Amino acid sequence: MKYFNFKALSVSVALSVGATSAMAAECIAPANPGGGWDFTCRQIGKILFDIGQVDAPVQVTNLAGAGGGLAFSTVVNERNDDADLIVAASSATTTRLAQNAYGGATADQVRFVGAIGADPGVIVVAADSPYQSLNELIDAIIADPSSVAFAGGSAVGGFDHLKPLQVLTAAGFTDITAVRYIGVDGGADAITQTVGGFTQAMTGDMSEVVGFLDSGDIRVLAVLTEARVPGFEDIPTAMEQGYDVVAVNWRGLYVPKGISDEDFNLWAERLQAVADSAEWQQAMTDNGLAPFTKVGDDFQSWIDSVVASTEELSREIGVIQ
Amino acid sequence: MEILDNLALGFSIALSPWTLMLAVLGCFIGTIVGALPGLGPSNGVAIMIPITFSMGLDAVSALVLLTSIYYGAMYGGRISSILLNIPGDEPALMTTLDGYPMAKNGRAGDALVISGVASFVGALLATIGLMLLAPLLSRVAYQFGPGEYFALYLLAFATLGGISSNNQAKAALASCIGLMIAMIGLDPNSGLPRLTGGNLHLYDGIDFLVAIVGLFAVSEIFFFIESHGKSSAAGVKIDKVRVPWRDIWSTRWTMLRSSFLGFFAGVLPGAGASLGSFMTYMMEKSIAGDKGGFGTGVPKGVAAPEAGNNAAAGGALVPMLTLGVPGSGTTAVLLAVLVTLNITPGPTLFTDRPDVVWGLIAALLIANFVLLIMNVPMVKVFVKVLQVPPAILLPGVTMISFVGIYSLTGSYFDLLLVVGFGVLGYLLRKLDIPTVPVILGILLGHQMEKQLRDAMVLSDGSAWGLIYTRPTQPEDISYIATGLLIAAVLGFFAPILLRRFITKPQRVSD
Repeated sequence: MKYFNFKALSVSVALSVGATSAMAAECIAPANPGGGWDFTCRQIGKILFDIGQVDAPVQVTNLAGAGGGLAFSTVVNERNDDADLIVAASSATTTRLAQNAYGGATADQVRFVGAIGADPGVIVVAADSPYQSLNELIDAIIADPSSVAFAGGSAVGGFDHLKPLQVLTAAGFTDITAVRYIGVDGGADAITQTVGGFTQAMTGDMSEVVGFLDSGDIRVLAVLTEARVPGFEDIPTAMEQGYDVVAVNWRGLYVPKGISDEDFNLWAERLQAVADSAEWQQAMTDNGLAPFTKVGDDFQSWIDSVVASTEELSREIGVIQ
Repeated sequence: MEILDNLALGFSIALSPWTLMLAVLGCFIGTIVGALPGLGPSNGVAIMIPITFSMGLDAVSALVLLTSIYYGAMYGGRISSILLNIPGDEPALMTTLDGYPMAKNGRAGDALVISGVASFVGALLATIGLMLLAPLLSRVAYQFGPGEYFALYLLAFATLGGISSNNQAKAALASCIGLMIAMIGLDPNSGLPRLTGGNLHLYDGIDFLVAIVGLFAVSEIFFFIESHGKSSAAGVKIDKVRVPWRDIWSTRWTMLRSSFLGFFAGVLPGAGASLGSFMTYMMEKSIAGDKGGFGTGVPKGVAAPEAGNNAAAGGALVPMLTLGVPGSGTTAVLLAVLVTLNITPGPTLFTDRPDVVWGLIAALLIANFVLLIMNVPMVKVFVKVLQVPPAILLPGVTMISFVGIYSLTGSYFDLLLVVGFGVLGYLLRKLDIPTVPVILGILLGHQMEKQLRDAMVLSDGSAWGLIYTRPTQPEDISYIATGLLIAAVLGFFAPILLRRFITKPQRVSD
């Protein structure tokens, strides 16, 4: 029995040793194994090799710390011209960059290659909540900001916090520091607090609420995408309820700033190939992601505008000076 | 009986030779991971994730392997607590208090066997609890908001002073040092860095394992060097290992009570195994009273925290499976694995994927018996560790701890921190200030602060928010929060007021 497992272990060791050989691309996941960034690296890395975009399996390195800040500073300071390096990123990356949470690092110190999938933002209430639509919830907050507290899976000022604030700003509400929010340990915990009646609404990602939607504990008031999400056609978007807000937790990559334009374009092409592959379509379905493809220079300019608006909103709520 | 049908389904999945082998392998790896200071259950599980993926395991097999490691680590953590006075992981912290004195009295074998049996009782009852009550208990989590959790943590801190009975002021000082260290990192409610000096490595705060290895293992090395090995704590005498039936029988109620309390602490997502083992120890200590001799090496003092933390490990699976809310660091890692395996934990998991849930429960039952065999009849293997001379053993343990710590973040900075904590531990021990409250301060302080501040946000800064925890329903007072707060106040003042009248101040040989 033991013999067999040692074999399995040695195979896995051999695989990882093989992956470190020269010229192999490396993907840094700025978090421990199992999280969203780890998923991005492992899935994209695997598909890149499977569809023949790279010659050797992509090596995944987990470099956790400071919510991705440690990986960011490593890339900027130590590996700025490494053309074989990609790094997993998401909305959290740009939110933290915009809020100066990476110790002075800024978004223009790397190049964002693209996003190929996104977890749509949602605003949720308990099934027995008096609020039947996003309009009712937002009107109640505008009338009395203390009547509603939000729970979300990110810290104060994090992406989950900014979602309802974006909606409120779109509704013309300016006193956004009066909006109450607590950041708890993940989306499911936020739902628990909301169903338990401690908070009145939950803000998070679609993938976090699906299980509770099936059990009938919650009601999704709005999804923050441009169009209704396939498979959840009965959930209205915030846009059709009159709030011009799109907030999705995209999954994508950045590369070091110092690489050549050819190398950057090569990664953009490779990422586009992954986005078009059947394997990635399957991986998105399995993990509750909606299609969201922006690659290359388009993505970079979209990121610039997202960082700018996040910075403005964060300044208003006092997360940054 | 629906449960029996489900269990039969579970065993039909778990009893395949392949799954069984994974369970045995997981138990073995887990026990080692738990026994090594610097590697806790959450790291053990996290390290195994990439291996699980590269072995191409399906959902049930992967879960069986990883939860066996989880349970194994909860068993294994006690070994170095008892033999070396260095907790193998954070929930095993409380086991040092009586486990190590027992070992010093020449009863290391007894302590290992009693704690092994206690672990088994705790884990078994928790698994049964998980099986019977999971869907029901998931509703308990809905009763706990920030106000209730804060009251729970306050209760824990209020009783902390009694942890080392020789000097309450020193224990209080030590827990303040711990609370101060817990402040380092990003402020939970504003995301702004505190006490980090702009160093990115400190943004996530200080890992408990770093503090444990520094305060216990490295400071031990310093003492060893200072005395040229003469007065070192390591190297306890031991006779042959027998099963101390009488001690096991005399601790039966301790084990049962601790299992229930530990399981409940585990079910609460904000509490977890460390709080579970702490509260069970304090409960048993107060039941036994001053005559109980807690802290001097009594069997109940090892049975309580071990039954408690193993039961909490099982309890923590309840909110993870039924709500998708992790009840501890390790279940957070397991949750991530489930999501990666395309299983969405939540209220519908029990009906959607009975194969996963019941396969897991059956595997846990099996793993428990495997672990009992590994940890009781085979305990001699671990006792052999003692026969290694301290001059080799201590540096060896420290070296392994360093490797473990390095594997957490892959940065040298944590290693410097470990040495820093070693110096702190050396100084504290020279001043006769206990180090256990420091760790508890780090462990619980962060959560307590977070819950208090969340409660304040919800109540708009009103202190009544600690009792009226649902602000939109002002007519509903929270009985849970109120009861816990009263218990905390009583727990803090009663010993001070009553001691004078009831008993003479005790003398403690510590």
